[in-house]
Amino acid sequence: MTKPEATSKVTSLREAIARLVHDGDSVAIEGFTHLICFAAGHEIIRQQRRELTLIRMTPDVIYDQMIGAGVARKLVFSWLGNPGVGGLHAIRRVTEGAEATLELEEYSHFGMVGRYIAGATGLPFYPLRSYEGTDMPEANPAIRPLASPYGDDTVYVVPPINPDVTIVHAQRADAAGDTQVWGLLGSQKEAAFAAKRVIVVVEELVDESVIRADPNRTIIPGTIVDAVAVVPFGAHPSFAQGYYDRDNTFYVEWDAVSRDAAATAAWLDRYVYGAADHAEYLAALGSGVRERIRPSGPALAGPIDYGAYR
Amino acid sequence: MSEVAYTRAEMMIAAAARELAGTRVCFVGIGLPNIAVNLALLTVAPDLKLIYEAGAYGAQPARLPLSIGDPTIVTGSLAVMSQADLFGLYLQGGRVDVGFLGAAQIDRHGNINTTVIGSYERPTVRLPGSGGANEIAMHSKQVFVVMRQSKRSFVERIDFRTSPGNTPGRARGPSVVVTDLALYRFDADGEMRLDSLHPGASLDDVRAAMAWQVRVAEGLTETPRPSEEELRLMREVLDPERRYLR
Repeated sequence: MTKPEATSKVTSLREAIARLVHDGDSVAIEGFTHLICFAAGHEIIRQQRRELTLIRMTPDVIYDQMIGAGVARKLVFSWLGNPGVGGLHAIRRVTEGAEATLELEEYSHFGMVGRYIAGATGLPFYPLRSYEGTDMPEANPAIRPLASPYGDDTVYVVPPINPDVTIVHAQRADAAGDTQVWGLLGSQKEAAFAAKRVIVVVEELVDESVIRADPNRTIIPGTIVDAVAVVPFGAHPSFAQGYYDRDNTFYVEWDAVSRDAAATAAWLDRYVYGAADHAEYLAALGSGVRERIRPSGPALAGPIDYGAYR
Repeated sequence: MSEVAYTRAEMMIAAAARELAGTRVCFVGIGLPNIAVNLALLTVAPDLKLIYEAGAYGAQPARLPLSIGDPTIVTGSLAVMSQADLFGLYLQGGRVDVGFLGAAQIDRHGNINTTVIGSYERPTVRLPGSGGANEIAMHSKQVFVVMRQSKRSFVERIDFRTSPGNTPGRARGPSVVVTDLALYRFDADGEMRLDSLHPGASLDDVRAAMAWQVRVAEGLTETPRPSEEELRLMREVLDPERRYLR
């Protein structure tokens, strides 16, 4: 265990959200199907944040829950759906027909990645070869053509994005926030470096020596991290490689819940507002969940030798 | 006849899988394409390297994943990459031979809509949007579209161009479209051409399930029916719970 010391950023998730996420903020909870921090999304709902701009490549069920709970005024995204299942119905209710109230700002996946990279590296835009011959630049005037200064080539550019807060879930970090991830990497590194504040939520808090023993696995250095919260199963119903499986049953069942506004509100009452924290949320879901998402066995990486050089 | 009966979805998947013969690197979407590429891996393209959009190269899923993001695509894969590397180095860098797309609407040039039905500002149905589809259509050397065909999906004018189609003299957009009724390719001027009818589907059936007068290949053929081995692999190995094959 890590000794409490001056550099420790370890805090409860409740305290991290209370201190670092404010009404009106732009918030990115990243993670491409993997390591999506549902625990943080639920805590934002519990603390009744309002007027947020939510940013995510794939809004997934967590943003459906957050938007269903009324935390957001705007969504910046590239793919809006429940992967493998269908639509996100709470979001559809506020984006279709005359009732549409949620502002949308829409890119392609590479466009969103480029926005994070530009934001993280201090560039005025990111160039890419997407969008030509489509209606996307007309739908989103922030996507603009640019003539190459080196020839007669034209590319499209997207503007930088700098979230007020990026929240990343990870397998492990030390108390200073040095964060290690394995499995699908998504765009968490770029989104974290682009952010003004970073919250890391982990399955396990480890000693700094564990991080130092395998530095290639670190995606986010502690220097850009403001808070570290320890929340086992905090990415449920998404997954944490090697820790637990994707809860596909949950994703499938969410479809029926989210189709009905009253059922969505009742779900939030029971599993989010009715639970003090993520441990209580898991308890409310029942004991079958942990069993259902347990990996069928280990698949260990072989050890590698960094070598000692004294 | 002693031949095994099969569904339209099974015909569509078998036809798509055969098109992957000789392909080296394939960018996989979820649903029907996911079964098609895994069938190809077991039949016509044993050396196929699968790239899943979630960020795994050379994936060997031990089970058929519900979504493209699943831990089984990582364990035992050849490489895991960030979204920046996936879209920048692999896709925009031109390292993908075949990309798969689905579509809510497609037109005669292969322009694809996965964004909205109705107007963009006030849609009657809000669809997922581009995701990586725009980049897959733009940068894969060949683009395969797998979709069910109807007058509502094969339309004269799509409501929104999410991914670009074919224009004369320009290598971009879909190269093959496989539906539940037929298989199409594109002429040099960028227009879709009916190449092959699935068994049991007539030219009239196909015409009744699209909004424009389709161009028909001179040597119009019949798609070979799914073999017993293809059916066995689909039913027993790839989708035993029949999530996609109904």
